[in-house]
Amino acid sequence: MRFHRIAALFMRHMYLYRRSLPRLIEVVYWPLLDLLVWGFITVYLAQYRQNLPGFVTFFIGALILWDILFRSHQGISVSFLEDVWAKNLLNLFASPLSPAEYIFALMLVSVVKLVTVATIMAVLAWIIYSFNIFLIGVALVPFVLNLIVMGWTIGIITTALILRFGQEAEVLAWALGFLFMPVSAVFYPVSVLPRFLQTIAHYVPASHVFEGMREVISSGVFPLSQLMWSSGLNVIYIMAAFLFFRWNFNVVKRKGLLVRIGE
Amino acid sequence: MFEPVVKVKGLTKVFKSLKAVDSVSFSIFPGEILGLLGPNGAGKTTIIHMLLGLTTPTSGDIQVFGLDLRKRRKEIIQNVNFSSSYVSMPNSLSVKESLKVFARLYKTKNREKRIQELLEAFEIAGIKDKLVRHLSSGQQTRLNLAKALINDPKVLLLDEPTASLDPDIADKTRTLLRSIKKDRNISILYTSHNMREMEQMSDRIIFLHKGQIIAEGQPEEVVRSFGRSNLEEVFLKVAREEA
Ligand SMILES: Nc1ncnc2c1ncn2[C@@H]1O[C@H](COP(=O)(O)OP(=O)(O)O)[C@@H](O)[C@H]1O
Ligand SMILES: [Mg+2]
Repeated sequence: MRFHRIAALFMRHMYLYRRSLPRLIEVVYWPLLDLLVWGFITVYLAQYRQNLPGFVTFFIGALILWDILFRSHQGISVSFLEDVWAKNLLNLFASPLSPAEYIFALMLVSVVKLVTVATIMAVLAWIIYSFNIFLIGVALVPFVLNLIVMGWTIGIITTALILRFGQEAEVLAWALGFLFMPVSAVFYPVSVLPRFLQTIAHYVPASHVFEGMREVISSGVFPLSQLMWSSGLNVIYIMAAFLFFRWNFNVVKRKGLLVRIGE
Repeated sequence: MFEPVVKVKGLTKVFKSLKAVDSVSFSIFPGEILGLLGPNGAGKTTIIHMLLGLTTPTSGDIQVFGLDLRKRRKEIIQNVNFSSSYVSMPNSLSVKESLKVFARLYKTKNREKRIQELLEAFEIAGIKDKLVRHLSSGQQTRLNLAKALINDPKVLLLDEPTASLDPDIADKTRTLLRSIKKDRNISILYTSHNMREMEQMSDRIIFLHKGQIIAEGQPEEVVRSFGRSNLEEVFLKVAREEA
């Protein structure tokens, strides 16, 4: 693991954003739309459900947190696709760059992207809806970290699948994250899910984050057990994702697919 | 004779049922340009990818600088570089930015100076702020070659570097490559299916057909061994026997 190689890759992606107005706009565009549509629905509903505590907070808080997970995922998978589309992947891997260094660099890129987006969203939510994300309190930090790690895990798996299956798997770069949305209990408690989905949800790190978020908002109690579950699962999953990526990378080299990706 | 910088023994690659490379052995010596010649599908690109460690051989040995590629890839690859007309630099970056990324990747010393030297050597200093995607194919090729020299490699692997160039620029590129080889004493492995290019460029050629070496030696020797008057005729003879 060498810092200069990770820094080189990181630089490559920062140049990309600095150079590209459409990409910069995209970073802000979707979260802003989300915030506007879902925010106003929430405000509207809240008028009729005034007795429901923290209604607005639940929704807008959930929205911002979900976006953190999604950006973390995308920050990896879409950055990888940028290298595929640019036909640059082979130049990178023909250098001493290792797959792990490559993934680490993309993790770094994803953090920069999501911090930017989350900051913009938090500020907008405060301006438009007087919603203060820091209401969640100190638990916000471990929440965010867990969502980032789960996003990385999905991003690493997506990247591995695209390496292996090529262009047909590209749609996963956006889609795979959403697959986890229903069982992450983002906008509703796990208890409303049918039994078998509840079981699945239990093994999804994000569901514990969102349950924990609702807990802390409604009762003010620090959701220790939820955080333990979330972190424990995350540690296992991200290690598994790394192993999967490494194994897959070797399969891809054996099948001679690394050099064909993007063709 | 010098020790070879690259030594390949019994290199084989099987894709499913296809033997793309079939027990190929050869060496590349210091300061030599070795041409890998053969029709489409002969296995040239696959050999280059195996030398880079991007494709895993089915069997056989690759030694570079006397080290086993399987075990010491990182050390080896730090002193090797590669360029192909089918691989490009990040196309949304400027010429200079893309070189900066690779300079850092290889931990080039005196990065700014080195980049400036290469920009000038390949006559792309005037377009250093242009986006890669806006370059002509000749300019892209020269940028790719500049990238391939950013780490001052001892071995350069070039996969059809002139494939998309018009004859004039292709000729200039060849002249440039020969002078680089002379100045820096680099060993170059060069693939092409352009016979005249091969005769002009290579100190020695390997003629590859269906994954096997069918002839090897100095261009004139190969031509003579087939009883023909030039490489093009040899090539046509080989390609047509197949039909
Ligand atoms: N990843 C792969 N999977 C299956 N077959 C492949 C793969 N890569 C190359 N081939 C096949 O191997 C043979 C040699 O290909 P290649 O090395 O690209 O030839 P050349 O560069 O000489 O044109 C071709 O028949 C090609 O179709
Ligand atoms: Mg080829």
